Amino acid sequence: MNSIFFRAKDLQVSMDSFIDRVESAALILWEGLKAYMNNKPNRFEEYCSELTRLETQADSLRRDIKYKLYTYMLIPESRGDVLGVLETLDDVIDTSKKVLEDFSIQQPEIPDFMKEDFLELIELSHKAMEELAKGARAFFSELKLVNDYVNKVHFYEHEADKVEKALKIKIFSGDGVTDLARKNSLRYFTEKIALISDESESVAERLAIYAIKRRM
Amino acid sequence: MLRILFFLSSGLFLGWSLGANNAANFFGTAVQTKMVKFHTAAIICSIFVIIGAVISGAGTSHTLGELGAIDTMAGAFVVALAAATTAMFMTKAGIPISTSQAVVGGIIGWNIFSATPTNYTALTKIVGTWIFSPVLAALIAFLLFFIVRFFVDRCKIHLIYLDALIRTGLIVVGAFGAYSLGANNIGNVMGIFINSSPFHDLNLGGILSLSSIQQLFLLGGIAIAVGVFTYSKKVMATVGSDIYKLSPITALIVVLAVSLTLFLFASQDLQAWLVAHNLPSLPLVPVSSSQAVVGAVMGISLAKGGKNMHFHILGRISLGWILTPIASAILAYITLFFMQNVFMQPVYQ
Repeated sequence: MNSIFFRAKDLQVSMDSFIDRVESAALILWEGLKAYMNNKPNRFEEYCSELTRLETQADSLRRDIKYKLYTYMLIPESRGDVLGVLETLDDVIDTSKKVLEDFSIQQPEIPDFMKEDFLELIELSHKAMEELAKGARAFFSELKLVNDYVNKVHFYEHEADKVEKALKIKIFSGDGVTDLARKNSLRYFTEKIALISDESESVAERLAIYAIKRRM
Repeated sequence: MLRILFFLSSGLFLGWSLGANNAANFFGTAVQTKMVKFHTAAIICSIFVIIGAVISGAGTSHTLGELGAIDTMAGAFVVALAAATTAMFMTKAGIPISTSQAVVGGIIGWNIFSATPTNYTALTKIVGTWIFSPVLAALIAFLLFFIVRFFVDRCKIHLIYLDALIRTGLIVVGAFGAYSLGANNIGNVMGIFINSSPFHDLNLGGILSLSSIQQLFLLGGIAIAVGVFTYSKKVMATVGSDIYKLSPITALIVVLAVSLTLFLFASQDLQAWLVAHNLPSLPLVPVSSSQAVVGAVMGISLAKGGKNMHFHILGRISLGWILTPIASAILAYITLFFMQNVFMQPVYQ
């Protein structure tokens, strides 16, 4: 009988650690891109490698949780839902890592008059991701709060959409950027950053449905 | 000895069928969710059924005795056989019946055959519990649902830890359910043999003493345990029960509600305590765990706002209340006639 509680505790710790990684990824993304926008390449590269390391840790934690859930045969009725949440959360971390990686490889030149918009978009995506992590934590231990966090994710995603659109208009209209290749590169990065909030919203929607399923 | 075993065989068959069909109500979810292996569940279930039967089985048997005191082994054999056969056919027809209803019908059949007046006070008491037990189970499940939800919401228990608690709860409550099943339903299995019991009081080295009735109940309990071991796995896997469709936490509530219902209708101590404090007490009558399950599931549905209620099941239960005793009484009457006139066995004194 003790072993079931020991296993439960062990798994709970792994799940909490996984969500910690999601929260950290959101912070690193925000700090890393801020460093990039403020022309601090060394600090940016540090954040970049930190996020890569964190993504690997999250991957191995997810695999470990999956393995334990099946071998310990715990939560049979919501095992699929839980693994679905963890996998999609992992995808969000993955996307964040790829954004930093693309910035590191392609080194896009952001015009000064666009930096503020980019920072706003990054902040909104970071906030969406942060609220998602809180929602995921609530899903595991305080179900009634899930909806509050899901609503916040929806809000930040919607705001990010607005900024993304405004930024794209700024890129393609006016004389600020003349080279088409540069315009396309800036559009690519705008969409990539906004994708983080879009993915956060998809996971949040999953969470909302699973929370309804779990409610007594 | 062979004659005794032959006459007891119909009661033992009733016990076997009870174990085969009812264990799923208490351990089905735990086994289906792989919380415990079937063999572990069967061992726990059997031990507690036997303990419940031997320690607390007397109360419900006494009430059945009030309805009709069958005084020969051949008579008791026929009544148990008629009840078992009726129960088997009704179950095949998909009507959720209680063995108690079949046994009561059989006893009334014997009363008519032996021209013994039926005690209508006892009959009213018994029939009343058939209707009241699913209602009580529904009420208990309804209340438990809100209590459990309150604690789950307040205590912020992690999903995984909650799962571990529920799984442990399913075993503990399952054991309590098995105890209550033994205490409540042994009357159906062996109650009719009490007045013709062939056993004598037994004292094992001054450590353990078993009255003749307790020996009967032990035998009945073993028959139930054999039913659990030999056939309940199939029932759990194929026939299924309404509990399986519930989440583990609501299944736990249903099992607890059913166990409490059976316990309330079986505990002599509780009845004595209630009477001593001038509180209304419940009669000690064997009730159906399957019907209590239906009641408890409905209680949960009501607590959730009354959605997905299957009222047609109530109709089928009511059909069982009327059809089962009548069919069993007719069958007992006919079989008693043959036993007395063809096999020349005294079916009453």
